[in-house]
Amino acid sequence: MKAPDFRYLKPKTLPECLSLLAEHGDLAQVLAGGQSLMPLLNLRLAAPAVLIDINGLSELSGIREADGSITIGALERHEEIAQSAIVRQRLPLLADAAPHIAHIAIRARGTIGGSVALADPAAEWPACCLALGAEIELASTRGRRRVAAADYFQGLYTTARQADELVAAIHFPPAAPNAVHAFREISRRRGDFAIAGLALAALRTGETLHNVRLAFFGVSDRPILASNAMAALEGRPLGASMIEAACKALGAELSPPEDPAYPAAYKRQVATTLLARILGDLQAELLDA
Amino acid sequence: MLDDNNTRIALTVNGETVTANVPARLNLADFFRHDLGLTGTHVGCEHGVCGACTVLVDGKLARSCLMLAVQSDGARVETIEGADASGRITKLQQAFHRRNALQCGFCTPAMLLTVGELLRVNPKPSRDEVRDWISGNLCRCTGYQAIVDAVMEVSA
Amino acid sequence: MSTDLKEPIGAEVPRDRAKRLLAGRGRFVDDISLPRMVHMAFLRSPYPHARIRGIDTSAAADMPGVVRVVTAADLADVVSTWRPLHNRFPTMAAPEQGVLATDTARFQGEAVAAVLAATRAQAEDACEAIVIDWQALAQVGDVATALTPGAPRIHEEMSSNLAFEAEVVAGDAEAALANADHVVERTFRFHRHTGVSLETRGILAEYDPTERRLTVYQSHQTPHQQQDLYARLLGLPEHKVRVICPDVGGAFGVKHHLYPDELAACAAAVLLGRPVKFIADRVESFMTDVHCRDHEVHARMGFAADGQIVGLAIEDRFNAGAYGQHPRSSVAEGNQITRLTGAPYRLENYAAKLKMAFLNRGILGHIRAVGHPIAAAVSEALIELGAKELGRDALDLRRQNYLRDSDFPLTSAGGVAFERLSFTQCLDKALSLADVGAFRQEQAALRAKGIHRGIGFNTFVELTAIGPEYYGEGGQHISAQETCLLRMEASGQVRIHIGTTDQGQGIDTGIQQVVAGVLGIPLDDIEVISGDSALSPMGGGSWGSRGAALGGEVAMRAARTLRLNLLSMAGFLLQKSADDLDLVDGIVVDRQHGTAHMSTADLAKIGHFRPYTLPSDLPSDLTVTARYASRDRMFIAGNGIQVAIVEVDTGTGLVRPLRHLVVHDCGRVLNPLLVREQIRGGVVQGLGSALYEEFRYAENGALLNASFADYLVPMAAEMPDIEVAHVTTPTETSELGAKGAGEAGLAGAVGAILNAVNDAISPTGAFLTEVPLTPPRILEAINRVAQIE
Ligand SMILES: Cc1cc2nc3c(=O)[nH]c(=O)nc-3n(C[C@H](O)[C@H](O)[C@H](O)COP(=O)(O)OP(=O)(O)OC[C@H]3O[C@@H](n4cnc5c(N)ncnc54)[C@H](O)[C@@H]3O)c2cc1C
Ligand code: FES
Ligand code: FES
Repeated sequence: MKAPDFRYLKPKTLPECLSLLAEHGDLAQVLAGGQSLMPLLNLRLAAPAVLIDINGLSELSGIREADGSITIGALERHEEIAQSAIVRQRLPLLADAAPHIAHIAIRARGTIGGSVALADPAAEWPACCLALGAEIELASTRGRRRVAAADYFQGLYTTARQADELVAAIHFPPAAPNAVHAFREISRRRGDFAIAGLALAALRTGETLHNVRLAFFGVSDRPILASNAMAALEGRPLGASMIEAACKALGAELSPPEDPAYPAAYKRQVATTLLARILGDLQAELLDA
Repeated sequence: MLDDNNTRIALTVNGETVTANVPARLNLADFFRHDLGLTGTHVGCEHGVCGACTVLVDGKLARSCLMLAVQSDGARVETIEGADASGRITKLQQAFHRRNALQCGFCTPAMLLTVGELLRVNPKPSRDEVRDWISGNLCRCTGYQAIVDAVMEVSA
Repeated sequence: MSTDLKEPIGAEVPRDRAKRLLAGRGRFVDDISLPRMVHMAFLRSPYPHARIRGIDTSAAADMPGVVRVVTAADLADVVSTWRPLHNRFPTMAAPEQGVLATDTARFQGEAVAAVLAATRAQAEDACEAIVIDWQALAQVGDVATALTPGAPRIHEEMSSNLAFEAEVVAGDAEAALANADHVVERTFRFHRHTGVSLETRGILAEYDPTERRLTVYQSHQTPHQQQDLYARLLGLPEHKVRVICPDVGGAFGVKHHLYPDELAACAAAVLLGRPVKFIADRVESFMTDVHCRDHEVHARMGFAADGQIVGLAIEDRFNAGAYGQHPRSSVAEGNQITRLTGAPYRLENYAAKLKMAFLNRGILGHIRAVGHPIAAAVSEALIELGAKELGRDALDLRRQNYLRDSDFPLTSAGGVAFERLSFTQCLDKALSLADVGAFRQEQAALRAKGIHRGIGFNTFVELTAIGPEYYGEGGQHISAQETCLLRMEASGQVRIHIGTTDQGQGIDTGIQQVVAGVLGIPLDDIEVISGDSALSPMGGGSWGSRGAALGGEVAMRAARTLRLNLLSMAGFLLQKSADDLDLVDGIVVDRQHGTAHMSTADLAKIGHFRPYTLPSDLPSDLTVTARYASRDRMFIAGNGIQVAIVEVDTGTGLVRPLRHLVVHDCGRVLNPLLVREQIRGGVVQGLGSALYEEFRYAENGALLNASFADYLVPMAAEMPDIEVAHVTTPTETSELGAKGAGEAGLAGAVGAILNAVNDAISPTGAFLTEVPLTPPRILEAINRVAQIE
């Protein structure tokens, strides 16, 4: 199938891009890595009147640390993030998550901004944003604003972004010295979108975890924090009974949507398996350290 | 197609400068195949999954079905025709041939470019690393083992 | 065994054609363009079943680039409809089908109208502008519903949805089961999938009305079959119809059928007098390529107390999809299952029933290893269950019941003639390669750590190289004989024209080797020309593992004739007896001393340019033909065993294949390299069937996974390395002694994985009988048992 016809616009500056977005609004789609949008076009599942190609906007690139936060430009490619020294040292969760995204040729073009804008419920980056408490920076001719990940992801492919807004960057708090993290997902084949996945971030004191954040993906209409399971772990030394309690809480609080390939009960069970395993590994790691 | 919706592009394809007038919606794979006659780039799905259309754009692997031809303006691209002519994948081609790492050959051009890139960034990969690297390239004929064997042979 | 079957026959020769493909110089259908060519796109039914009350094409006709919009009525004068009859199954219903639906669409994806335009994109734009007045009808998506009295009828010309039923009987299975000491019984479900060639179907048809000449470039396995069909359905003289199959990007049975859209492209070419190209996209491939499997098999196997199998009864319910498949019909998969289940075993009492229904689903056809994986998986799962029931080792139980050397030749309970099969030898070889004892130890140790590994064995019989009787009796114009034409050029180099085709299996190379070996000239001096209905002698193409067995045999015969001619010429010229001469590497030598006398080039020059120097009655033709049509056999049966080792994650249901072993008997191996790779490729497709591949439909019958994102096929990272070993029992039905090898990998893999997974999870008490073995199915099976306990 061939893409339906559209107008192609390639702004040279960010302000130009934002005015184009303001002008065309709903009729336009931003083209970043194209690794999700192009398939939709080629399947005729999307038919925008205008494509606004943001690949020429250098303002949207780069990974920088400033003012106590690490900023990743929207146009940073998945593979660039995976290879970045800052990310490896300061945001190791992202470095662990990146290899799970698709395959090398797709990682080389797909962008974090595109992933966050699309908000696929089974995608890795949105879950990492949620686990780390990132802020999504949105830009429009009306100005800039930052939205916390927990408020930004609102539903199936639905976010706080308005039609005239661009995802400009993602701001992450860098990992504290006593931070722990873990990332795990279940997929049928390497690089497939996850059936279920979990990004974990926490602080530790000895064997005790604080500020635990369990961001699950693939099990709801958006990435979600498992708050009951998080509460079960909060402030207590990680042990077998805690793990069991957290898994139990998780089983009770998850209600995955029915999926023709993966029934809700199945998703709940594998999410629980994931949590048990990730905590088991973490426990071993904490004991080791 | 609306004529005013065509864009003039200039790019380097396999070392040659190419200029063309392309409609907005034309994807890069179709541009290579039907406008430039570079039919070694194949199309197996047009939704980014099979990998048969993989080429190099500015030195990086890319699905040419997921790029617009207009986006290649100013780029330096290489297809199997260029890689073959350059001689830089000769050893791989020979190993593929010897081990019958292709049957119908439809996946082969993209597979060669993909593993060629692997050997550039990781000259001594393990079997698992080879399998991981080609995890986005569907081959329906070989069962993959001969491909892995061929890459290992060249890397050794 | 003939002594002239010399090297390179049996050597690991890589394929010539591969070099071109490796350089990006392949030539596939979509790589070809012709002047004035137009592109065709189809408007397809979004409904599985709907009435077409009206079609308005006026807006579409005015769209940019559009040359013509056509409906069934526009093509009615150009192309006729068909009925996929098969006289071996005279009671099979064969409702009429045409290139485009007329008043009713019976499956999602059925073509209803088409646009011819300057570009494919424009043709698709215009398809969106065609307005159809649909009336959705009740859809039938499963056999049980389809066969319920009063169910919505799919074909009004029929009184029910029953397409065919049949029975295969030997002895008295019911009585035997009633008297058996132990009976195991299960219902197995094999879901619907397809062949998925990486290159989609495609055709480019060119028509010249001045000569009534149709030239077709098509991604296809059987050019002569298509030539005949196009000539008859389009009413054209057959000798003016030429079907050329250029490089074909995988076929696996998908591409040896007649497809309405491809025929419509030919009809449109005739209508317009312009070349028409139609390349299926991936979504329409998933919807409209023939599908396969989709069987439910209820099976009972009875054992005596000593372990002997006393009876086997199966009932296979399946469906043809919305129409019968043409020209091969849709019965074969069920037919193979009823004939092959239990085939490796001594079996006196056997009863197999099959019922085939029509459904509002895509058409079922012949995909690689038709019926085989199902027959083998059912048989071998029953053996495992029987062993459990009897408290016996399942390998022992197999050994006890296998057909033995002394049993051959025999006609099996399923009615298939087995010349000589090597079950015990294959098992022995498999056990020498896979240390089962060590595996069991490791398995037990790992289980203690919560790691579940399993081993699965699967004995299979493979029916290859079908003889002419099946389709000949059936009344289809499908050739199962082969003719080979060899022509020696003045240089002494040889062109082989043959009716088999090659989609990458290496059939051409095998034939090249046979000619090189028998004739005694270098491989490089030989080229195979195949896949062109005008250049190749009438033949069957490639399907059903026939290329090496039939093509090889006929090439051997032709090569012998040419060799005789060359040596008789040399004998005359050298004034020696031809019997004292030999041809080695293109040189005529003295058989005893090896003294070189002259080259084939010398002989060819005399033959072509100075034939007057030879006696006129001397056999000296440099272009020779030979023909091979097997007699008195339906198939050449091969056999083998596969062993799979897998790890099942009982927390997620994911299965990881760890090791896979195939021991196969395909008679004489012409080229071990190519046979090995055929088998590996087949195994991986089998792993796809076993673990991933399945069409899913919504409640309303809508196909849910017609893309590569949702229809999963095996990719490199999850696949194991595959060991291949051979046992060699040449067939005596031919001199070459080769049996087919193209389907063995797929035939045996599914059951091996099924048994391995069931072995892995045996401590949980679960036993799966539904394929593919998806993670949710595995966990559900385990949970179900846990709940009961
Ligand atoms: C075979 C395959 C496998 C994949 N597997 C995975 C996987 O496992 N996990 C995963 O997470 N992803 C996966 N992807 C998707 C891939 O990661 C995409 O790159 C990503 O989802 C979107 O990023 P993009 O830059 O390509 O965005 P595009 O495709 O360009 O755009 C996606 C959407 O976001 C909008 N958009 C893009 N950038 C912006 C912006 N800066 N501001 C506002 N809107 C914007 C676009 O308008 C569009 O609607 C896969 C893709 C393929 C083809
Ligand atoms: S054609 Fe581009 S990935 Fe399949
Ligand atoms: S060789 Fe046919 S798809 Fe790879």
